[in-house]
Amino acid sequence: MSEITRDDVQHLAGLARIALTDDEVTSLTSELSAIVDAIATVSEIAGPDVPATSHPVPLSNVMRDDVVGETLSAEQIFAGAPSHDGERFRVSAILGEEQ
Amino acid sequence: MKDKLMDFDEALERFEPVLGFEVHVELGTRTKMFSAAPNPAHPDFHDAAPNTLVDPLSLGLPGSLPVVNAEAVRYSISLGLALGCEIAQSCRFARKNYFYPDTPKNYQISQYDEPIAFDGAVEIELADGRQVSIPIERAHMEEDAGKLTHVGGSTGRIQGAEYSLVDYNRAGVPLVEIVTKPIFGAEHDAPEIAKRYVAAIRDIVLSLGISEARMERGNLRCDANVSLRPRGQEALGTRTETKNVNSLRSVERAVRYEIQRQAAILAAGGTIVQETRHWHEDTGATSPGRPKSDADDYRYFPEPDLLPLAPSRALVEELRSQLPEQPVAHRRRLKAEWGFTDLEFQDVVNGDMLHLVEATVVAGAAPQAARKWWTGEIARLANEQGVEASSLVEPEHVAQLQALVDEGALTDRLARQVLEGVIAGEGAPAEVVEARGLKVVTDESALVAAVDEALASQPDVLQKIRDGKVQAAGAVIGAVMKAMRGQADAARVREIVLQRAVD
Repeated sequence: MSEITRDDVQHLAGLARIALTDDEVTSLTSELSAIVDAIATVSEIAGPDVPATSHPVPLSNVMRDDVVGETLSAEQIFAGAPSHDGERFRVSAILGEEQ
Repeated sequence: MKDKLMDFDEALERFEPVLGFEVHVELGTRTKMFSAAPNPAHPDFHDAAPNTLVDPLSLGLPGSLPVVNAEAVRYSISLGLALGCEIAQSCRFARKNYFYPDTPKNYQISQYDEPIAFDGAVEIELADGRQVSIPIERAHMEEDAGKLTHVGGSTGRIQGAEYSLVDYNRAGVPLVEIVTKPIFGAEHDAPEIAKRYVAAIRDIVLSLGISEARMERGNLRCDANVSLRPRGQEALGTRTETKNVNSLRSVERAVRYEIQRQAAILAAGGTIVQETRHWHEDTGATSPGRPKSDADDYRYFPEPDLLPLAPSRALVEELRSQLPEQPVAHRRRLKAEWGFTDLEFQDVVNGDMLHLVEATVVAGAAPQAARKWWTGEIARLANEQGVEASSLVEPEHVAQLQALVDEGALTDRLARQVLEGVIAGEGAPAEVVEARGLKVVTDESALVAAVDEALASQPDVLQKIRDGKVQAAGAVIGAVMKAMRGQADAARVREIVLQRAVD
């Protein structure tokens, strides 16, 4: 069994900004444990000589030239914005979480 | 709350400081890191209105996909090489996940376990000529975040703000983050090393021509890590990361401040909290920000929307062959070319004005004239206002000002007034001259009339001059200069005075 604890789940929920009930924390703790165990099984088969796959397609260096393309109009930009001042988006001040 | 500080020398006696720096460089490509929106760090787009340099990716709109800017990759490799780094055979991008309104995708595309460049060193030179090697851990590519303006509260800072306004022009600007290894043995030089290191990065970036590297504009930003450990202790102390350090002077002051603050806490038996701290230029102090997140909390994982980069060795060698000379060699060459004395050159370097003088010379001014402006009047004004000289005036304007002096259109005194106008934002030197009516009076008849009048009102002086006491002319010259409101060439006035006195 993996060592996913209730605290881990609550911490992750906090990072993901998801509110969980106690029951949800309980069920997610066991579900996440099962997932982590399953991945551990795979890791046992793939030894350190097998690099983890992040990109299944064997391509690299797909790039574009440094040429300016289209931008959005103010109308398009603010079409979906809950609040703005015509120039900038307006959001609640979030304290203490500046990156 | 005001922090208790220990005397700097005492702090150094009891504790050993260990430094580390993270310097972010905005690359001046035409477009953003992962999309074709114009890049506000490129000179053509400096003055764009908020949210006009924005495309779907800058806003993190659903369905938008990133594509790597090839020029930004070339710039990053060149920078890595100039930092003496290895260039990765292959590297990936990664997502750094966090929620904050400046990053609408809710993650920043960065590099994590596979930076494009790693294991380098930067040589810096201290004021007394000693060289110090700063070990570089890595330089990785990432994208910048949008810009928040906090509204409400007293100072525009986040504390007390009612809401924030977001401009996503900066979201997606190509960045290279340069991370040092822990720097040991800095001792009393720690604040100076901090300043010289950031200046060295700035000089490298400028010589490569990959960024304007203006700290006051945020093209170059430094986070300074400081920790202390008691003398004789092996284990590193807890570090703080001071952000928002936006000038070389601030970097130096912030490191000094953190050493003194941490020493006072440790000496009193306290513990240092691992946190980010904010530097406040106005109070010269740092204040606590958020507790430092664990890297785990960012839940980095490989960016599935971008393929790996595998810079070809041919490209790396091509870029290596195009590297400009190293800053130390560059300095030696300039000193020889300009013919400055050791003292003059040290003045320029220590005032962190080498690149300004160089740009002024490139713009057409004679080296000595450029030097005098920057280390003289401009340095004085910068000092008076407590700002960096580079933020006051553009080197091109200084060169234009000197050109006006050289062609006799301005006296030194008038030129200083024009400089004030330029600094006050009244435009280029020629515009200030025009608007303020500061041209030297070259109208001979006006000068002759003023001289005659001054001589007539001071008959005793006139007599002295006629008796051969030429130095007496000074009083008349002064009167004429006053009448011309200083806008006359004193040497020419003197000639006219002597001529008219004997006529």
